[in-house]
Amino acid sequence: MSSAQRAWEWFVGKVIRLSGAMAIVFVILIFAFLLRDALPLLRSASLREILLGDTWLPTSEPPKFGMLPLVLGSLYVTVGALIIAVPLGLATAAFISEVAPRWIQEILKPTVEVLASIPSVVFGFLGLLLVGPWLMELLDLPLPVFAGLGSLMLAFMAMPTIVSVAEDAIRSVPTALRENSLALGATRWQTIRRVVIPAARSGIIAGTLLGLGRAIGETMTVLMVTGNAAVIPEGLVGILRPVRTLTATIAGEMGETAYATPHYHALFMIGLILFVITFLTNTIADIAVRRSGGVAQ
Amino acid sequence: MSALPRTSPKVSQAVAFALLWIAAVVVIVPVAAILAIMLLKGGKGLSWELISSVEEGLLPAIAGTAALVALTALISAPFGIAAAVYLSEYARAGTLVRLIRLAIVNLAGVPSVVYGLFGLALFVTLLQLGRCLLAAACTMALLVLPLVITASEEALRQVPRRLREASLALGATRWQTIRKVVLPNALPGIITGLILSVGRAAGETAPILFTGAFYGLTHPFPRSLGDPFVALTYKLFVDATEFPHVEEAEKWATAAVLVALVVAMNLAAAVFRARLRRARRW
Repeated sequence: MSSAQRAWEWFVGKVIRLSGAMAIVFVILIFAFLLRDALPLLRSASLREILLGDTWLPTSEPPKFGMLPLVLGSLYVTVGALIIAVPLGLATAAFISEVAPRWIQEILKPTVEVLASIPSVVFGFLGLLLVGPWLMELLDLPLPVFAGLGSLMLAFMAMPTIVSVAEDAIRSVPTALRENSLALGATRWQTIRRVVIPAARSGIIAGTLLGLGRAIGETMTVLMVTGNAAVIPEGLVGILRPVRTLTATIAGEMGETAYATPHYHALFMIGLILFVITFLTNTIADIAVRRSGGVAQ
Repeated sequence: MSALPRTSPKVSQAVAFALLWIAAVVVIVPVAAILAIMLLKGGKGLSWELISSVEEGLLPAIAGTAALVALTALISAPFGIAAAVYLSEYARAGTLVRLIRLAIVNLAGVPSVVYGLFGLALFVTLLQLGRCLLAAACTMALLVLPLVITASEEALRQVPRRLREASLALGATRWQTIRKVVLPNALPGIITGLILSVGRAAGETAPILFTGAFYGLTHPFPRSLGDPFVALTYKLFVDATEFPHVEEAEKWATAAVLVALVVAMNLAAAVFRARLRRARRW
């Protein structure tokens, strides 16, 4: 090997090694840039006012940056979405991998994939023009846009994630466990409930967390169908009233916000909060996935 | 012993399985309904005029989306493939690789609107690109990067070890082996991954909201990387929320074109992958 060739080999190796670490660099960069543009907000309001304040009026005089209504709005919509998506997603995953005849599997799996690929703006559009007005009439509501509509649309968007991760986990449960249970006289359902699902628990938790991260971070759908009223939702009825989420606030307001104003920094603060929430859910989910990989071996 | 009569296991199995069947129906029916309604309502509003008209029609949005996704793929491919080559060919299991994988999972989980903020802060403001096609494509490239890395790594790993060993035994260096043996054999899988990422980029709205998408442009087609543009997703969003006077049939047509485009790309990737499996020589 010539020395020029050796130098080239060395250089390419270095470049590829650097590219390998790029994902880490970008996560740090995103965090750093959010922090850089979020922290100046602390000059305009205290952390307590920001996190616990109950009024979001960023353009009034003096502006109010209370994010509690937004946090609760996101919480309402997300929890509602999970209440629909988790049971349905797990049932679908268990059905696909344990019960369904082959031809049903071959319909269900592509269906879930198509569902995952439909853009969020299309879900928002459908909610706004079709499902919202329909539910308003059905439930006799004052408005066609409300928290629960966001939950319903988000449930179908988060479900593919839950189904695919849970299905992987259920499939990786060793066949021997199932056979042992069946040989002991358990029915197929007893085997699924008492043996397969407990063994796949980590993967199921991971799927739920990833679905949660997806639902919290979803933007266009909730911006279009939840009504965008920055009020603190009250009780169960709050599900049927307009709310505003963290993501919708950024998407709805950043376009009209001047650079480096307190409002601009406040929207980056919301971004920072979202980043931290999704970072935590994804990291915990990743640990759970790894643990479920351990079960399989 | 409990005095309560126990339901027989056979009965509870029948009930449970019935519920699982219902769950499957609840998943399939809405998706089928959505696609059917899209086709019906969208089909009614769809005409060649609507697609090809520059002032009223979809052509600028289709061109904008095409330019955006092409540029996104062009930017994310070299970075994503290089990172995948590192993970599959150079890295040894350890803390660094563990951290890289955690970072990839986290990048995939960052909300798309947060990518929009990052793009605004870095590309639009700090690097002074302004709100334009290039800034939006850079933002979008970052968003699809985890997808490109994961798909490319999987494709690289499926190239059998003995091909690498044969090449090394012939005296090729590690990089020569990667470039002449591993990458060509992994290429179809890598392209499948790129098609999927392009489909994802075509469907995203939030990352381009404040990095380059505009409505009512003086120049409906971007003439350079520094021009703003309009995309199908952005047009649908603005038509649906801010312009009640836009005819409903036109909105449905826009949505139908968008869904058809994204679903077609996913199908293309699936077909490509299936043919690949059959054609594999090892």
